[in-house]
Amino acid sequence: MQDNMRRKAKELLSGGAVRVVIGYGEGSGGGVRALFVRKPEDADRLIYDERCVQNLAVYLTRREVKALGKPAIVARVPVMRTIRQLMIEKQAAEGDLAVIGVSSDGSLLDFPDLKSMAEYVSSIPFELSSDERAAVGKLEKMTAGERWDWWRGQFSRCIKCYACRQSCPLCYCERCTVECNQPQWISVPSHGLGNLEWHVMRAMHLAGRCVNCGDCSRACPVNIPLNLLTQKIIKDISEEFGDTEEYALNTFKPDDKEDFIR
Amino acid sequence: MGKNEYKPYLMRIAEITEETPDVNTFRLEFTNEEEAGGFSFNAGQFGEYSVFGEGESTFCIASSPTRKGYIECTFRRAGRVTKALAAREVGDTIGFRGPYGNVFPIGDWKGKSLLFVSGGIALPPLRCVIWNALDLREDFKDITIVYGARSVQDLVYKKELEEWRAKPDITLITTVDPGGETPEWKGEIGFVPTVLEKAAPASADTIALLCGPPIMIKLTLPVLSALGFSPGNIFTTLENRMKCGIGKCGRCNVGKYFVCKDGPVFTFAQVDELPAEY
Amino acid sequence: MEKMTIQAGAIEELFGRIRSGGRRILAPVDKSGAIVFDEISSYGQVASGYIQTTLSAKEAVLPRFEEILRFRSEGKGVVFEEESNKALPTVVFGLRPCDARSLSVVSAVFERDYPDPFVRSKIENTVLIGVSCAQSDEYCFCTSVGGGPGDTTGSDLLLTRIDDAVFLAEIITEKGESIVSMAQELFARAGDVDKNSHCAKVSRYFDLEELGKRLPAMFDSPVWDGQSLRCLGCGTCSFVCPSCTCFDIQDETDGPRGIRLRCWDSCGFAQFTLHTSGHNPREVQGKRWRQRIMHKFSYQPGGLGEAGCVGCGRCSRACPVDMNLLQHIQEILEAD
Repeated sequence: MQDNMRRKAKELLSGGAVRVVIGYGEGSGGGVRALFVRKPEDADRLIYDERCVQNLAVYLTRREVKALGKPAIVARVPVMRTIRQLMIEKQAAEGDLAVIGVSSDGSLLDFPDLKSMAEYVSSIPFELSSDERAAVGKLEKMTAGERWDWWRGQFSRCIKCYACRQSCPLCYCERCTVECNQPQWISVPSHGLGNLEWHVMRAMHLAGRCVNCGDCSRACPVNIPLNLLTQKIIKDISEEFGDTEEYALNTFKPDDKEDFIR
Repeated sequence: MGKNEYKPYLMRIAEITEETPDVNTFRLEFTNEEEAGGFSFNAGQFGEYSVFGEGESTFCIASSPTRKGYIECTFRRAGRVTKALAAREVGDTIGFRGPYGNVFPIGDWKGKSLLFVSGGIALPPLRCVIWNALDLREDFKDITIVYGARSVQDLVYKKELEEWRAKPDITLITTVDPGGETPEWKGEIGFVPTVLEKAAPASADTIALLCGPPIMIKLTLPVLSALGFSPGNIFTTLENRMKCGIGKCGRCNVGKYFVCKDGPVFTFAQVDELPAEY
Repeated sequence: MEKMTIQAGAIEELFGRIRSGGRRILAPVDKSGAIVFDEISSYGQVASGYIQTTLSAKEAVLPRFEEILRFRSEGKGVVFEEESNKALPTVVFGLRPCDARSLSVVSAVFERDYPDPFVRSKIENTVLIGVSCAQSDEYCFCTSVGGGPGDTTGSDLLLTRIDDAVFLAEIITEKGESIVSMAQELFARAGDVDKNSHCAKVSRYFDLEELGKRLPAMFDSPVWDGQSLRCLGCGTCSFVCPSCTCFDIQDETDGPRGIRLRCWDSCGFAQFTLHTSGHNPREVQGKRWRQRIMHKFSYQPGGLGEAGCVGCGRCSRACPVDMNLLQHIQEILEAD
C-alpha cells in the first residue's frame, strides 16, 4: 500500500494537481513525523504504517503550509472526519485540497472530490470505542468531589504550553480566546484555576466538533489525558441529541425545550 | 533580598492634556518626596507605566531632565493598558518603572546644529531632546524642527508648537497630509519627506534626529542622505514589544541586542546592522 | 574537590537528615509517565529507569509563575504589600549534569544589569545534588555543547553510581560540603575510581564554535522556513528547556487587591513579538524557529559568553511533531 501511496503522490505532484503532499516520513526515536513532499522524486520518503497517527489536518489551516499551494493530504479516518468538519465550518472547500485516503483496515482510498470523501467518512459510525467508554465511565462513576480532585491533580502538571491547542486541527482561530486581553477571559499563568479554565473552555469550544483523533493527549508533554474531556462531551451529545450534522454548542432552535435561554 | 526592579514608583497624575481625541499627555509627580529627590534620567530613556490590575505599557519619558520635579509621557489609546490609562483622572496614582535604556549623546553635540524630523505620535520621543536643547540653547547653533501629521487634529503638543513658532532662534516647519488641512491652517501641506526636501536644511556640522512611522522613515532617509547626512549622524529611537524593560523577558530581542537596554536610541548606521526584526 | 562514597542504602538516611535540617527535597517522580521534579519525603519515591526528566528542575529557581508585586488600591492611591514569593531552603536531587550547567545560563540572564532578587534568592537557598548519567539516548548531545554525562559544573554535590550499592560523591562546593556534614558518618573517603567508565558515552555531533561562526551569515537562509514547516508554534520546547528564561508579566485582581505575576513565555508563540499596532516582526513560524536557534547558539554566546543550550534533548523528546534540535543543527551545518 505504501508503494501505491508513493505512486499516487508522485502522480499528483508531477501532474501539477497539487503543489505539496502532506504525509508521514521517518522520524527520531523510531517514530514518524509529518513530511511535506514538494518534488515527485521525494515521494519515496513517504511511509505508512501503524506509527502514522498524527492528525495531519492541523497543517491545512496553518498559513505557512497554505502558502505552499494546493496540498494533497494522507488521511486516515479521523483525518477525513476533520476535513469534513473543516468543510462544514467553511475552512475548506471543494477543490482546496486532494485526499489520499486510508481506510480503517489500511487500504488506499481514492476520491474524485471532497464531497465523496465526506460521504464515505459519514457512513462510518462515529462512536467511542469500548476502552474509551470504559475510561469515561470510570470518571462518571466518581462523585463530583472525587472527579474535581482527580482533574485538579491532572491539571497541576499543565504548563500552559498549548501543545494541545496547536496540535488540534479544529483549533484554528487566528486569535484564541486566551489571547484576548480585553478582557483577559482566561488567565495566562499556569496556576490551578487558570489551567482548569483553559481546558474546560477548550473542551466546550470543541463540543460537537471534536473528531476524537487523540492528538491533544498525544501532544501533551506531561501526559494529561485531555481527550477524556471531549470524549465525555461526544458521549453526552450522542445521548442527548443523537447523531447530528450541526454544532451541538452553537445550534439553537426557537422551540428548544429548555426555556432558560429565552 | 535585593531591590525588586519590578516595583514601580508611585506617581500622582498632576495634569492631563488631551493632545488629540486619542492621545493624552500626563504630567506625573512622585508621591514619595525622597524618591523624587533621588530620581534622575537622560533624554532618550523610557519607562514602564503601570495601571495596577491592567498591566504596564512602554513610553519614552517625553519631558527633559533639565526640568525637575515631574516627568511627562504621551501615549495613544491603543490597547488594554493605554485604554485604562486614558480613563485615569488627575489625582489618580499610576506606577512608573525607569529610567531604562540608553541615551541621546547630547553632550557630544555641543556646538552643532540640530535637525528634528518627526511625524504624528512620534514627536514625544524627540520632545525630551527638544526641551533639553531649548533649555541649553547656547550650546547649539541652529535648531530646526520639521513635524507633520495626518491632519491638524492629529498634531500633538499643539500649544507648544505655537510657543516654538514664536521663538526667533528656532526654525519650525509644520505640515499636514494633503486633505488634512483646515481653512485656518497656515503651515505646509504635504508629506514630511517632501516638506523636508523643500526646506533643505544644511547638513554640515548637524545632527539629525528622525522618529516616525516606518513608512515615513523609509522615505525620509534618502532625503537626508541627499542633503548630506551620513547614517552615523542620524539618530532615532526604536520601538519594539517590551514587557520587563530590563533585558530579561526576551521580547524585544533583535539580533544580539535588546531594544530596551542596548537601545532604544540608535544611529541609523547601527540600525542598518540590525536584522530586520523589529 | 573531595571524593567520597556513599552507600545507595544510606541515601534514605541522608534525605532524613536534610529534611530535619529544614530543607525540602525536590526530586524526579513519575506522574502518569511524565517524570517531573516534585517534593519528596523518601528516596523510594524517586523515579528510576529514565534517561531524562520530562520537565527540568528550572522550576526550583524560575517557577512556572510567581508573584513579583502585590498591591491594593486605597482611594486614589495604591499601597504595596509584601509579595508572596519567599525562597524555601531546598535541595534538588537527581538533576543531570546538563541541568546543573543550565542554571548558570538562567543565573546569568537574571543577574546582569538589574539583579533579580527572586531568582537570586532561590539560587542562594538551593543546593544541587546531581546524578551522573549512566545512559544516554539519541537525543542527548551534552558533549557537543561543552558538557558531559559526568560533568561536575554547576552541581554542589555530584553522585555517580559506581556499582549496584555504591555512589561516588564528589563535593564540588561549600554547599555540597554542608550537605555531607549533615551526615558525615554516611560518607567514606573514595579510593581510586575511574568515574568515566561508569558514565554514558555521548558522541560529539558538532562543533559549537563552528555553529556560532556560521549562524550570523545564515539569517536570510531559506533553511528556517523549510525546517519549521511541521512546527506547530506551541511552547513545549521552551517550557521543558532548562535554560529558556523568557517570561510574560500579567496582572490579576480580586476587587481592590491585585498581584503582578511573572510566568513562562515562549518565542515560539505567534504573539510573542506582536505590537499593539498589529505589526509583528516575526509573523511566520520560520522566523520564530530561526530566533530559537540564533538566540541559543549565536546571540547568547555573544551576550552571555555561553550557549543557551546544554544538550539535554528534552525539547526533541517532548516536541509533539519531532522537531529534533540536534538533527536540525546538523542540517544547518551541512547547508551551503
